[in-house]
Amino acid sequence: MMMMQQLTLDQVQSRLGEFLGDALVEMEMLYDMLTVTVDKEKVFDTIRFLKEDVDLNFHFLTTLCGLHYPDAEKPFGLMIQLHNMPSNIRIRIKTFTSDTEPVFKSLTSLWPAANWMEREAYDFFGFRFSGHPDMRRILNMDSLEGWPLRKEYPLEDPFRKDKDDKMFGR
Amino acid sequence: MAADQLLPKKNFIASVQPKEYSILNLGPTHPATHGIFQNVMKMDGEMIVSAEPTIGYIHRAFEKLAERRPFYQVTPITDRLNYCSSPINNMGWHMTVEKLAGIEIPKRVQYLRVIIMELARIADHIICNSVIGVDSGAMTGFLYVFQWREFIYEIYEELCGARLTTNIGRIGGLERDFSPLAWEKIHRFLKDFPDGLREFENLLVRNRIFMDRTIACGPIAADRALQYGFTGPNLRAAGVDYDVRVMNPYSSYEDFDFVIPLGTNGDTYDRFMVRQKEMWESLGIIKQAIDKLDKLSDKSSIHADVPEFYLPPKEEVYSSMEALIWHFKIVMGETAIPKGEVYHCVEGGNGELGFFLISDGGRTPYRLHFRRPCYIYYQAYPEMVKGSMLSDAILTMSSMNVIAGELDA
Repeated sequence: MMMMQQLTLDQVQSRLGEFLGDALVEMEMLYDMLTVTVDKEKVFDTIRFLKEDVDLNFHFLTTLCGLHYPDAEKPFGLMIQLHNMPSNIRIRIKTFTSDTEPVFKSLTSLWPAANWMEREAYDFFGFRFSGHPDMRRILNMDSLEGWPLRKEYPLEDPFRKDKDDKMFGR
Repeated sequence: MAADQLLPKKNFIASVQPKEYSILNLGPTHPATHGIFQNVMKMDGEMIVSAEPTIGYIHRAFEKLAERRPFYQVTPITDRLNYCSSPINNMGWHMTVEKLAGIEIPKRVQYLRVIIMELARIADHIICNSVIGVDSGAMTGFLYVFQWREFIYEIYEELCGARLTTNIGRIGGLERDFSPLAWEKIHRFLKDFPDGLREFENLLVRNRIFMDRTIACGPIAADRALQYGFTGPNLRAAGVDYDVRVMNPYSSYEDFDFVIPLGTNGDTYDRFMVRQKEMWESLGIIKQAIDKLDKLSDKSSIHADVPEFYLPPKEEVYSSMEALIWHFKIVMGETAIPKGEVYHCVEGGNGELGFFLISDGGRTPYRLHFRRPCYIYYQAYPEMVKGSMLSDAILTMSSMNVIAGELDA
């Protein structure tokens, strides 16, 4: 029986660098995870490459979530984490955009698991995913206004006058 | 809204005559769903044509709340994710912050944590498996093993003072050492629980009625389960040997010798059996941990030496100025935490429970995202119950162990 060759992190880095070319913004190790920041236009292709390449085989979508850095030049970001279980390598893909209502390409064609993850990102950040079969809010009520996990969204109801929290610097 | 607007139009059953389906609204609160789950089901007689889950009924915006809480105060939030195994969530969060801050935890504390986490896993699986019994009409087993779950809660009570939402441990170690009474209870549990578990197995495992009821009920194939992001016992029941404890060992799990039980069909019976075997493995891990603790020369340490994170003992807070200052600094989140982003995952009761934490060096997490296993695999539910009987859908849901707190975060 032929033993399956274990994939190494270096191979992932070189293959990705080769594939991405100019679309690679940054590649670094953050703690134990390879984190790759990719140009927004190239995210879907990168992930499809990571998933469908026989050697890379990042077959498992671990998680996906939105990010918001209001002061950055590109304030909105998407974080996607993939896992190659046989070689036990995890990878984090990030992308940033300056659009206030960003539209990403949906991953639902690659993994059905992306469905609710993307709906969550829509629900909390207002990111839209083109090609998603059911782009609706998921955890919040449909009539909610605004995107709760954006930094400008207040944690507490801003119209309440009965709470005075200035002592605690909130 | 009209009922058929709620459901996507699917021509599932080809029929010569035009058929009229009935719509059944199962939930949000229903005695058979054990939690707040709503499913609008399109029924052909007793058969499910399609199901549309609505979630979010107990959504509490934990990710937003966490952005305003010092690291130390996020622990009580994690309690309320999978509240059947809160200690695992607590430990997972502590370990995430420890990873971010680069804190080395003494071996003794790691082993004590393993004991707590495995007790929590047993408690979680007891609930899930006995409820599978209840949903298939066997109340007896549930009543037998729930005594043991109660006993585990008594152990928690002895370890941290709380029962359900435990808030157990601290960033940097444990809040207090195991008391002699706690040890006594743990030893009693190890001695007597196997009999109780065996009794429970005798009632269900080879029970013809139970087997007929659960085999081939709500199955999912391994490749489909992976595509749907399944982890934990539900994925293992489908035959994929993925366990975070083995894949990415944390808290010294690499020192322990245990087996990952696997199923083949991914149906309700396999999920039940995988959980059942895992309880035995957990018992073995607890025994090994106790042996290892006996062999350690360190008999007293309960935390790493990190005064910036670990709350000083209360006696000192009341009597010395330094301790009081540290206490306030920690509670108000005025500790130096490095900038960075880190992902840490633990094997929760339901699978890979991940914490994605971004710290900007401030007093609260800049962004915290929970990878909740339930949330991810519950989306496969409509596919799993399609074409099955309504009563099988109830069993499928309880055997998937969907916990509302974790689902809705």
